[in-house]
Amino acid sequence: MTHNPYIYILIMFGVTYAIRVLPLTLIKKQIKSQFLQSFLYYVPYVTLAVMTFPAIINATQSPISGVCALLVGIIAAWFGASLFKVAMFSCAVVFIAELIIPLVL
Amino acid sequence: MKTLNIKNENKKAFSEGLRNGIPIGLGYLAVSFSLGIAAKNAGLSAFQGLIASFLCSASAGEYAAFTLIADNAPYIEMALITLIVNARYMLMSCAMSQRINPQMKLRHRLAMSFGITDEIFAVSIARPGYLNPYYNYGAMLMSIPLWAIGTALGTVAGNLLPLRLVSAFSVALYGMFLAVIIPPARKDKIIAGIIIFCFAASFASTYLPLVSELSAGMRTIILTVVISAGAAIIFPKKPSGEGE
Repeated sequence: MTHNPYIYILIMFGVTYAIRVLPLTLIKKQIKSQFLQSFLYYVPYVTLAVMTFPAIINATQSPISGVCALLVGIIAAWFGASLFKVAMFSCAVVFIAELIIPLVL
Repeated sequence: MKTLNIKNENKKAFSEGLRNGIPIGLGYLAVSFSLGIAAKNAGLSAFQGLIASFLCSASAGEYAAFTLIADNAPYIEMALITLIVNARYMLMSCAMSQRINPQMKLRHRLAMSFGITDEIFAVSIARPGYLNPYYNYGAMLMSIPLWAIGTALGTVAGNLLPLRLVSAFSVALYGMFLAVIIPPARKDKIIAGIIIFCFAASFASTYLPLVSELSAGMRTIILTVVISAGAAIIFPKKPSGEGE
């Protein structure tokens, strides 16, 4: 049996929105526990860090250009470049690195 | 007078959100382009790619879903995989719930939830004090349509773009993540240490036997819960109001 793409999309939306909306609407009180407060404080940093590495290295055609993008991104962010600039620096480095790599190797 | 002040503040937050939404939107445009290629491979039309991206705004979740569509997977499998790959939004939503004015109307909670993406979460949680829903609306309005349009463009023209450009664009979102986590790490050695630990743990879990067989989304959730809990035990934050 072939499935209807619109039903697939509806399921994707229904599940994704439920995940996003339930905690935000159901948790109305300030969480008192120091452990949970600390836990939720660290969540953004941990989850973004885990998603970035090593995925950034496998996203590009060559792992070398991925490593370059990671290093340049860290350096640019360290020195206070904006969200957009860090993203574009990383892209530019991958583009340049992948032009050079075939010539060297 | 007081309502006027609040109105002005909301207006300011909205335009600030719009402004910060520009880099997010441009990054989205680049990344969703490659997502559109996956949608096309799954047999979706540009219109279907557009609405899927508009409704879900989830990079990894949509990739996983499009692969399932390509495989003609059962609906229940679609529901489960979407739940697993996107479960991190639940953690983000919990974190946001702690930064919401208790008096905020339900409709704002419902509307803000629509736009909990990695990037919008990151920029809105980085602002001090209670979250202002209008800031999120600004960021959402500027970025989510571009995410949807990029997907549609990728579906139509993805294969025309040189592989090298797709490869370059694919790191845009990771660059944005770095821009969110690195500046606080510069100020706070504990966060810096945790990030280095996360990189190492994530790297190890990608290649270790057993763990590496789990989906990337599942690994993200497990690592997030375990490492955040460990950090909360070892480096507890002072109760809010004192520490910040």
